[in-house]
Amino acid sequence: MLDQTKTPLTDALEAVRSERIVPFDVPGHKRGRGNKLLTEFLGEQCLSVDVNSMKSLDNLCHPVSVIREAEMLAAEAFGAAHAFFMVGGTTSAVQAMILSTLKSGDKIILPRNVHQSVINAMVLCGAVPVYVNPETDLNLGIALGMSFTSIERAVLETPDAKAILINNPTYYGICSDVPRIRALAQAHHMRFLADEAHGTHLYFGKGMPVAAIRAGADMSAVSLHKSGGSLTQSSMLLCGPNVNADYVRQIINITQTTSASYLLLSSLDISRRNLALHGTDIFHKVTKFARYAREEINDLGDYYAFSKELINGDSVFNFDETKLSVNTLNVGLAGIEVYDLLRDKYDIQVEFGDLGNILAYLSVGDKSKHIERLISALSDIRRLYKRERKGLWESEYITPEVVYSPQTAFYAKKISTPLDACEGGISAEFVMSYPPGIPILAPGERVTNKIIQYIRYAKEKGCTLTGPEAMDIERLNIVSGVEAHG
Amino acid sequence: MDDLWFSEYHTPDVRFSVRVSAQLHQEQSEYQRISVYLSPEFGRFLTLDGVLMLTERDEFIYHEMITHVPMAVNPNIRSVLVFGAADGGVARELCKYDTIETIDIVEIDKRVVEVSKKFMPHTAKSFSDPRVTLHIMDGLKYIRHNKEQYDLVIVDSNDPSGPGEVLFTKEFYGGCHNALTEDGILVSQHDDPFYLKDQILLRRAHVRCGSVFPINKVYQAHIPTYPTGHWLFGFASNTLHPVNDLDAARWNALQIQTRYYNTNLHIGAFALPNYVEEALQKDE
Repeated sequence: MLDQTKTPLTDALEAVRSERIVPFDVPGHKRGRGNKLLTEFLGEQCLSVDVNSMKSLDNLCHPVSVIREAEMLAAEAFGAAHAFFMVGGTTSAVQAMILSTLKSGDKIILPRNVHQSVINAMVLCGAVPVYVNPETDLNLGIALGMSFTSIERAVLETPDAKAILINNPTYYGICSDVPRIRALAQAHHMRFLADEAHGTHLYFGKGMPVAAIRAGADMSAVSLHKSGGSLTQSSMLLCGPNVNADYVRQIINITQTTSASYLLLSSLDISRRNLALHGTDIFHKVTKFARYAREEINDLGDYYAFSKELINGDSVFNFDETKLSVNTLNVGLAGIEVYDLLRDKYDIQVEFGDLGNILAYLSVGDKSKHIERLISALSDIRRLYKRERKGLWESEYITPEVVYSPQTAFYAKKISTPLDACEGGISAEFVMSYPPGIPILAPGERVTNKIIQYIRYAKEKGCTLTGPEAMDIERLNIVSGVEAHG
Repeated sequence: MDDLWFSEYHTPDVRFSVRVSAQLHQEQSEYQRISVYLSPEFGRFLTLDGVLMLTERDEFIYHEMITHVPMAVNPNIRSVLVFGAADGGVARELCKYDTIETIDIVEIDKRVVEVSKKFMPHTAKSFSDPRVTLHIMDGLKYIRHNKEQYDLVIVDSNDPSGPGEVLFTKEFYGGCHNALTEDGILVSQHDDPFYLKDQILLRRAHVRCGSVFPINKVYQAHIPTYPTGHWLFGFASNTLHPVNDLDAARWNALQIQTRYYNTNLHIGAFALPNYVEEALQKDE
């Protein structure tokens, strides 16, 4: 048992600050003295620890002292065999997870509603995705989790797959049957990976859906900066006992900065301490807030703040109650409209709005009065703006036809083609649609008439479409010739 | 006497200080730090999170101006809802009207009520009036669940950065609109107009009232212990104009004893300095 009250990295920074070392190294602002405006804006305290790696501060690329100790403390707190502090966002943790598991041509089973960092990592390493349809709740217009039978089918159809990846939970709080999927992966000698960008709290709260590493997952990317309270862009990659952590470090170092920010690193150190010591209380409070808010919002009429009643034993195996998602369709407003009204008229910023829902992110930093403000603002919006219920968002799942690996398609010779002329071609790029946050196309997939219609529909409905070079999504890059390497 | 002073920063560069002869009470409640001091000039005074709320010497000005102005415009007011007002001063003034039947007071911090009862008995005396009902809860929650209709809503809130924050929001004014009868009046305190940070709050409160009520006016009073000593209130209604609908003769016939308010002052209070009028019109 390590002493979780310790913060070795932060203490070392504090020592450097008090030693008043004369800096003839980078960063050139020299503890803020060289950039007065920046120091005024961010504060002297902050700039005085924006330092470079040095003897007493260890080095993230090759940690042997205080960073290593801080990572060991984190590993213990999360129940992992090894924890890596990450400074390139959870995107970098996801990337490292994929790159250290898969090589060119290897297959991975994953839900279609993966974060695009997963598919981008495949562009880098040449792995081939085998997508599983996340079921969709048509009433709410959200993607759910993968049903066990559909994962099992994919495993049986692709026995040579190297890994299974899940979201735990999804943005909306939906969890799959993690222990059962883990057993399936183990039985078929596949690595079990988890994107837990929205799941830090699962490791510390009581009575929450099971956290992946605790259920025996091999690797997990955990966004500490979301529910864990660390600084934006800081994150962690957790590894189980069967993963060669030294190899993972080599992979991380391929793309990781050699000037890792100590502001980010110390925020991970301090947040880990806070979670280890107070996590249970913190997430008890957050859960209480969420339950209260949900009850009050459901009392307003028309709004639907959904929760555990969605659990169906399969595509919704469990639900993360701290996620306060509110369906707005019966108020006659799109989620994105409510999102805008909250921001513009009520000075309330929620995490996102999609066609049918808003998501309010609750955390340790919330206060009762702010929860009351959110509830009352929703009440006032209903009073002022309620309309007839609009047509439902039809987000039918289109099974992708993967022709080339994302890497092959991405690096192929390609021709920019008007959208309507793309039918039958193979896309060399992504088309993401928010909502519902599921890729319409990933590199290497065939463009069908149905997909073109879907892109037009999503554009008309005001979804945000991202990915292609042509930012108006009127043209797509279509593969015209494939190099031999894929 | 020891050289003890209570100081409040009215801006980061302006400090208002009162000599203190004793600190009578200090506690941290669930919501804020509550202190009571004794001073040679102002008698006892109450502070919340270091912000002066009321003093024995000048509280009458604030409490008279936030109650008698609407009461003189509509003497038929029967039911009143008051937010904040934990010190009881608003209730004390309202209780001077025999015609008022119910006074609901909504305050989030019951400790402020208890401290006021103990240390400010003159202000808090009306909590025992049978017409007064105290609801200890969040103001937004109360107004969201409220099904009653009130003839008058008074927002006696303090600092918008403290627990009173909710009482400055658009959602709150929307809720007040729902809770008022057709001829209902909303009176709320609007801060001082002089310091820029306060002027921003004033404008925001004014615009928010205006987005909900067609009649939306501002009036003033001199309160020595509040920042700049020049304090503003908002008067908002669907139907009643604060000056045109003033029934001075009827109010004077009630023979209510006041030390600051009178019906001539009522009219004058709505005549604002030019820079204040300009500030109010900026966002309109």
